[in-house]
Amino acid sequence: MDQLIFAAEVFLNGLMTGVMYALVALGFVLIYKASGVFNYAQGVLALFAALTLVGIQQGQIPFAHMINATFGTNLHHFGWTVPAIIAILLTAGVMVLLAWLIERLILRHLIGQEPIILFMATIGLAWFLEGLGDVMWGADIKTLDVGLPQGISETVESVTDSIFGYGFFIDRLDIWAAVIASLLVAALVAFAQYTKQGRAMRAVADDHQAALSVGISLRFIWVMVWSIAGFVALVAGIMWGTKSGVQFSLSLIALKALPVLMLGGFTSIPGAIVGGLIIGVGEKLFEFGIGPLVGGATENWFAYVLALLFLVFRPQGLFGERIIERV
Amino acid sequence: MIEEQSHYITPDGRKIGGVMMEMKNITLRFGGVTAIKDISFDIRQGEIRAIIGPNGAGKSSMLNIISGFYRPQEGEVWFKGERRGPMKPYEVARLGIARTFQNIALFDGMSVLDNIMTGRLNSMKAGFLSQALWWGAAEREEIAHREKVEKIIDFLEIQNIRKTPVGRLPYGLKKRVELARALAAEPQLLLLDEPMAGMNVEEKEDMSRFILDVNDEFGTTIALIEHDMGVVMDLSDRVVVMDYGKKIGDGTPDEVRNNQEVIDAYLGVAHD
Repeated sequence: MDQLIFAAEVFLNGLMTGVMYALVALGFVLIYKASGVFNYAQGVLALFAALTLVGIQQGQIPFAHMINATFGTNLHHFGWTVPAIIAILLTAGVMVLLAWLIERLILRHLIGQEPIILFMATIGLAWFLEGLGDVMWGADIKTLDVGLPQGISETVESVTDSIFGYGFFIDRLDIWAAVIASLLVAALVAFAQYTKQGRAMRAVADDHQAALSVGISLRFIWVMVWSIAGFVALVAGIMWGTKSGVQFSLSLIALKALPVLMLGGFTSIPGAIVGGLIIGVGEKLFEFGIGPLVGGATENWFAYVLALLFLVFRPQGLFGERIIERV
Repeated sequence: MIEEQSHYITPDGRKIGGVMMEMKNITLRFGGVTAIKDISFDIRQGEIRAIIGPNGAGKSSMLNIISGFYRPQEGEVWFKGERRGPMKPYEVARLGIARTFQNIALFDGMSVLDNIMTGRLNSMKAGFLSQALWWGAAEREEIAHREKVEKIIDFLEIQNIRKTPVGRLPYGLKKRVELARALAAEPQLLLLDEPMAGMNVEEKEDMSRFILDVNDEFGTTIALIEHDMGVVMDLSDRVVVMDYGKKIGDGTPDEVRNNQEVIDAYLGVAHD
């Protein structure tokens, strides 16, 4: 019985971790849906958003190191701090500007190219953004605090304690992440399914020429999609940054999003969520149940093995578009 | 000659109006290859205008110029009495010029209904917030657009495949869905790039009937490209004949049929 209750706690924690994975996977899905391109830079976008947010919030001077090195000055901060909500809005603005620049400087010149070419471009973009983030805001690990509650949730602990006689340990930040992620997904699904911009986005993903012929501006849609992806990256960056500090390894969470996408399907927003949850729960339960038998540390590889199995048996993922081919 | 009149009456009694679109001295080159050489012709309000010619004559290029996919090096494009500057395809579409493609450009992953609804994107006005929340003006608007789309679906007799993903449809039906999407934009000028290519006799007859009905019922001006001489001669009011990028004939089907140059281009000439 104790084991079962403990497993339930592990399950819940797995769900919460899964939400965090799903947040990152969402950004990938959006861009893939709209351009058929796997955006390698999505993880770095989250990092860049988090760095910018901390920088703005703490009144850091961008490019301070570079300016100091060039002019021999000693600049660090403007000496003010910006309220979290304003800093978030400003960062969102930066992400839109970034989306516009990406369209202007990269995508516009690659219209009609093979997806692999666009994929390579996003790899370049990832490295560039990582460097830019470093030069702009410095490479040190920063703490991010936008006022999200953290630490053990006493409500959950006392409620579960009264039911099972054992208090569950759930981080309040994880609960908030789940709530915010649900809202975000609901908003995104409504946007893609019911708005004309959403319909235009799906049309662009399907066929550029046809989209042009019904009067859709590719450039507008791309700026829009990359802005939304930047916004999702910002949310992911806030969550992960609050959880584990803003550091450059943040860009590696993109790697965890990969198995999530293979499970959920590259084109499905709900798929990203379900995939994230399955991976989150799966790796926690596996570690809990099987981990001790094989010496632990299964969390590092479980997700990828699961994804591999899916690739063999259901390559389009759980919710991906059926692969239709007329012969 | 028809060219000088402000309007004319077709043999079947339809009245064709003034000039809607005018191409003046169009020349298009791809690198060193001249695809279209100094061609001028017009399209009149309400008529069915065909562009015919052997393979590689430059017909599709001409259509691509009208719809903004290609930009000619020389010449002027006039639409409704105004000279059209260089325009992007989506801007042309917003002017009220819709088109279909020779090798079908539909959104394969979307349902037939969604595909046709994309044709109405430019006439949707409600803000995206109210659309996402399905609220107020957006709801009324979506219903109004759906009614129009359903009318077109009925008209083209594709009710039973409404919800089917386009990727699963056979070729002939895809062509019909593409026509439906173009019609959904309620275009003033409809461009059809080989609407009957690859179809069997029955499908061709269906498509001919739809084209005539569209013209008749909605008063849509239609410019079409076609290989099949028989079909073209039956459908169209006036025909432009192209060969090797040049215009070799222009007139009613009867005039064109008796034009020696046209006969030579199609049947070949014996050179001594």
